[in-house]
Amino acid sequence: MENIILTLIIFFPTLGALLLLIIPGDRKDSIKGITLIISFVTMILSFWLYAMFETHGLGMQMEVNIPWIESMGVGYHLGIDGISLLLIVLTTVLTLLAVLASWHSIHHNLKGYYFSILILMTGMIGVFCSLDLFLFYVFWEVMLIPMYFIIGIWGGVRRVYAAIKFVLFTMFGSLLMLVGILYLLYQYQAFSGEYTFDILKLYHTPLTFIEQMWLFAAFALAFAIKVPLFPFHTWLPDAHVEAPTAGSVILAGVLLKMGTYGFLRICFPMFPDATITFLPYISVLALIAIIYGALVAMVQKDVKSLVAFSSVSHMGFIMLGMFALNIQGLQGSVLQMLNHGISTGALFLMVGMIYERRHTRLISEFGGLAKVMPLFSTLFLIVTLSSIGLPLTNGFVGEFLILLGLFDANKVYAIIASSGVVLSACYMLWMFQRVVFGKITNPENEKLVDLTLREKLVMFPLIILIFWIGIYPKPFLEKIEPAANMVMKHMERASSVKFDEENSRLVIIDDSDAVLISTDYETIKK
Amino acid sequence: MTEYIYLIPILPLIGFLINGLALNRLPKSVVSAVACGSIGLSFVLSVILFFELKALEPSSRVIEQVLFPWISVGSFHVNFAFLLDPLSAIMILVVTGVGFLIHVYSVGYMSHDPGYSRYFAYLNLFTFSMLTLVLADNFLLMFVGWEGVGLCSYLLIGFWFEKKSASDAGKKAFIVNRIGDFGFLIGMFIVFWSVGSLNFNQVSSIAPTVFAFGGTLITAACLLLFVGAIGKSAQIPLYVWLPDAMEGPTPVSALIHAATMVTAGVYMIARTNVLFMLAPDALMVVAVIGAATALFAATIGLVQNDIKRVLAYSTVSQLGYMFLACGVASFSAGIFHLMTHAFFKALLFLGAGSVIHAMSNEQDMRKMGGLKKHLPITFMTFLIATLAISGIPGLSGFFSKDEILWKSFSSQSGHPIFWVIGFITAGLTAFYMFRLVYMTFYGQERMDEKTKSQLHESPKSMTIPLMVLALLAVVGGWVGMPHILGATNYFEDWLSPVFSHGEAVNTHALLSSTADSSMEWLLMFASVALVLVAIYLAYNFYLKKTSLSTAMKEKLSGVHKTLLNKYYVDEFYGAVIVRPIIYFSLFLWKIVDVLIIDGLINGSATVYNDISEFLRQGQSGRVRSYATIFTLGVVVLLAFFMTD
Repeated sequence: MENIILTLIIFFPTLGALLLLIIPGDRKDSIKGITLIISFVTMILSFWLYAMFETHGLGMQMEVNIPWIESMGVGYHLGIDGISLLLIVLTTVLTLLAVLASWHSIHHNLKGYYFSILILMTGMIGVFCSLDLFLFYVFWEVMLIPMYFIIGIWGGVRRVYAAIKFVLFTMFGSLLMLVGILYLLYQYQAFSGEYTFDILKLYHTPLTFIEQMWLFAAFALAFAIKVPLFPFHTWLPDAHVEAPTAGSVILAGVLLKMGTYGFLRICFPMFPDATITFLPYISVLALIAIIYGALVAMVQKDVKSLVAFSSVSHMGFIMLGMFALNIQGLQGSVLQMLNHGISTGALFLMVGMIYERRHTRLISEFGGLAKVMPLFSTLFLIVTLSSIGLPLTNGFVGEFLILLGLFDANKVYAIIASSGVVLSACYMLWMFQRVVFGKITNPENEKLVDLTLREKLVMFPLIILIFWIGIYPKPFLEKIEPAANMVMKHMERASSVKFDEENSRLVIIDDSDAVLISTDYETIKK
Repeated sequence: MTEYIYLIPILPLIGFLINGLALNRLPKSVVSAVACGSIGLSFVLSVILFFELKALEPSSRVIEQVLFPWISVGSFHVNFAFLLDPLSAIMILVVTGVGFLIHVYSVGYMSHDPGYSRYFAYLNLFTFSMLTLVLADNFLLMFVGWEGVGLCSYLLIGFWFEKKSASDAGKKAFIVNRIGDFGFLIGMFIVFWSVGSLNFNQVSSIAPTVFAFGGTLITAACLLLFVGAIGKSAQIPLYVWLPDAMEGPTPVSALIHAATMVTAGVYMIARTNVLFMLAPDALMVVAVIGAATALFAATIGLVQNDIKRVLAYSTVSQLGYMFLACGVASFSAGIFHLMTHAFFKALLFLGAGSVIHAMSNEQDMRKMGGLKKHLPITFMTFLIATLAISGIPGLSGFFSKDEILWKSFSSQSGHPIFWVIGFITAGLTAFYMFRLVYMTFYGQERMDEKTKSQLHESPKSMTIPLMVLALLAVVGGWVGMPHILGATNYFEDWLSPVFSHGEAVNTHALLSSTADSSMEWLLMFASVALVLVAIYLAYNFYLKKTSLSTAMKEKLSGVHKTLLNKYYVDEFYGAVIVRPIIYFSLFLWKIVDVLIIDGLINGSATVYNDISEFLRQGQSGRVRSYATIFTLGVVVLLAFFMTD
């Protein structure tokens, strides 16, 4: 089982998609039903994977490595560590909920829509499982096409503009990545005599500092666009606003994580010296993203674009946590990837619910929903609080660990980033107040009905996860820990860092004598 | 029984879950039974645990109970664990005791509200959070309670969410508190990365060995933690949310914004006394902010006309006293005042609630007057509380305030100026409180006929809590009588194990000129005399010759207006902080994001388009233009080669 489970999870949705093709397009219920079952089974498979995963195991698990295009050294190499495991589970859960959320909101060309969603699912899971750069690239691009259609066909008024912008941005990044991949391939061949796309082997490619810098830049740009890191973020608000609910949920919940995942899986271990060199610049961009995203979110008029800009801010936290290069920062970041998927996914789902009722997302159109939709308002409050990181919700654990780790690495960054915590309360609570509190001023809001059974079902798992991770994050953190340590160990071959095993962090060393730039505490100097 | 510590916070949580998940489907009697019963049980348990703790040797009165590991990453470990020691024992008694009375009172006060079960669910959730805050055995769990009470405060201030002013006030409270929490967080980071733990007991024992006495790092850590306290306990400059918080139901103001939550900052400083004792400069800042706030808020309280707002500013001012006590290293005096204040201020708020209830929700004292005979029980209990807060000898407030005043004068970290400020504040307090009493309960009945005809004393569920609190407001201070009266200060002795670590690292701070018991007598008499004078003045101004107060108002109209508008601080914050941020955000969005970044991106697309368009023109398909271009090309090439 161990060697086919990943293949099964990746391609089960594809099978489902192919099955959809033979169903007549007018049998809407069958199409929806099949998609639901397929995504449900995939989710169960991912739970099984979770159960099979050995928590404290080092290295990759469930590995499969079959030669594919031997002349080029391309292999069908899959494998997961704790980081990919959690992201896979997040993907399957969010996809299932996205399918449920689309139930009544998609009216035309259902077949194409659900086909796209299932193919998208394969692409996403594939990216998280690939240990071969070729395969990684293929899945990376596979993901793009269905998303392009989902936004461009089933989206809002400016859907075509948004879809093209999304694709061009991402393509621009991934082409540079392709060049990087090829260069890496030849470099490895020059060193070992064999061609390989195997990520784990490529970790050992000897690269000069200048080469590392260029390659890092090529890969980092692709990933930074995905994250999105300021100033490469402008595709995001457009894509989010125009995409149908399911598109936004998957986009924010999973696709953005591919960027941060790429940094951890590829940039950090392959180009450690360049990572250290770029660290201050990327950190500053991430800091800008935190503050900038929060401030711009505050003045948005559309709930969806508010949530979109809040993503820019939250993803800034995740980037900073990774670049803290210590165990708290890394584990916090990975957990926060999960949290952001849950909270922002939930926010988009809930915005979708009121959009279906009112066909508007303008904040000013609402107000007083607490009166007519008490359950919606309560759940919306919980999700809002999780997004602003209130203790005992998931957001707190992630944010706290990121800031804790960051404080060890760089106090100034940590202090600036912490101010984002205040700002997030400002924009979220202000939005919440305008949507939920107050008197009903718009008569159309008076006849709104509270959540239906289907909508309750959609929200239920997310609410459980919000509290579970907030109160008892241990099972999740345990899974991340070995993987996060592994990332740092891979980076140790850089000339400029040492792995401090005792404190699980990377210490940046000067050529002359060992000085911790990470901190200047008396206690640590000892 | 000590294995049941966890039940103290859990019981109200269960109450919250029952009332919260039932979604308004339970009858009112069940809702109130669940809500009051759960906190009542917590109270009984707290009393039992208090006596069990008392039965132990003073040095071994520390019980930790670990429930489960919460966050564990690398060297960072934090448990869900509770700590019962003399300090937290006092706090749980106050929280559950006063909290229980306020729950009972609410049964009557909220009986006609459609949000009845939501109200009690929030109230129980608050109690859970507050108990978590005071029982936490580490900084992070305390922070959980800390933000949890903030959330409940947000929900309860905005309880009547259809009122814009109410939801505004809730939001303001949350955001201002978040600014404080920002400091708390960073302070916590410094503590962790220096000490290697967030557990209070470990921090207390390790901190003196890793921090240099009076060093920059420890001073920064304490000041940052204090920023958290400033936010939660409404001190300058973050006090602005508390007066607005009066938008919430009055029992909420009594519980959250007087007796318990707002005192969390004082508790936090007392809990981390070792750190503060290591940083004398930070202590000095605490004392200065506390004293300044005490005076500043009292002056605003002098002229407010809304009965709850007077009490709100009074609370800010009294909290200032508590910080002053902590700042002069007299933590036990601070906690003592916290306790007595919980009694009399909760009573004042509940009394005000009873008045508002009787007056058909009128809060303006200018429309009250002569309520004494309509509301006899409310009046009597209110008067007792007023005497207590004014510091009339024998009542609880006298003992705690006197101790603070004396310590701020005599302790090594004190200063006569602190005493002078505290002394003036005491006079102002007596004045504005008696102004309130005279305007509300004495004199002409200024309400309209309809309201007048409906005046009634409140039901038993409301008056009984008032009477119990009145009793506490009288006797609550007897456990901490000063030594010069020949009594034993039980309160100080009880808490001394908690503060002994702090005293050990800074023995200097608490030294006092002990010989001066005559001085202590003198100062005590001075303050009592001032209070009596203030009461007499209030009597003259607001009862006997009301023309005096109008004349005064006209004569000092500038001062009066400034005070009435609360020194225009809210307006100042609006103009200097809030609006610039909004305009800056709009600038970022419209100019930076849309115009510059997106402009560049769309611009590059346009340029690409234009170039293609230009090149396309060459591909016109017309033979004649091809021929022309071809000929021109040949000519140019020929010219090029021929000139070479």
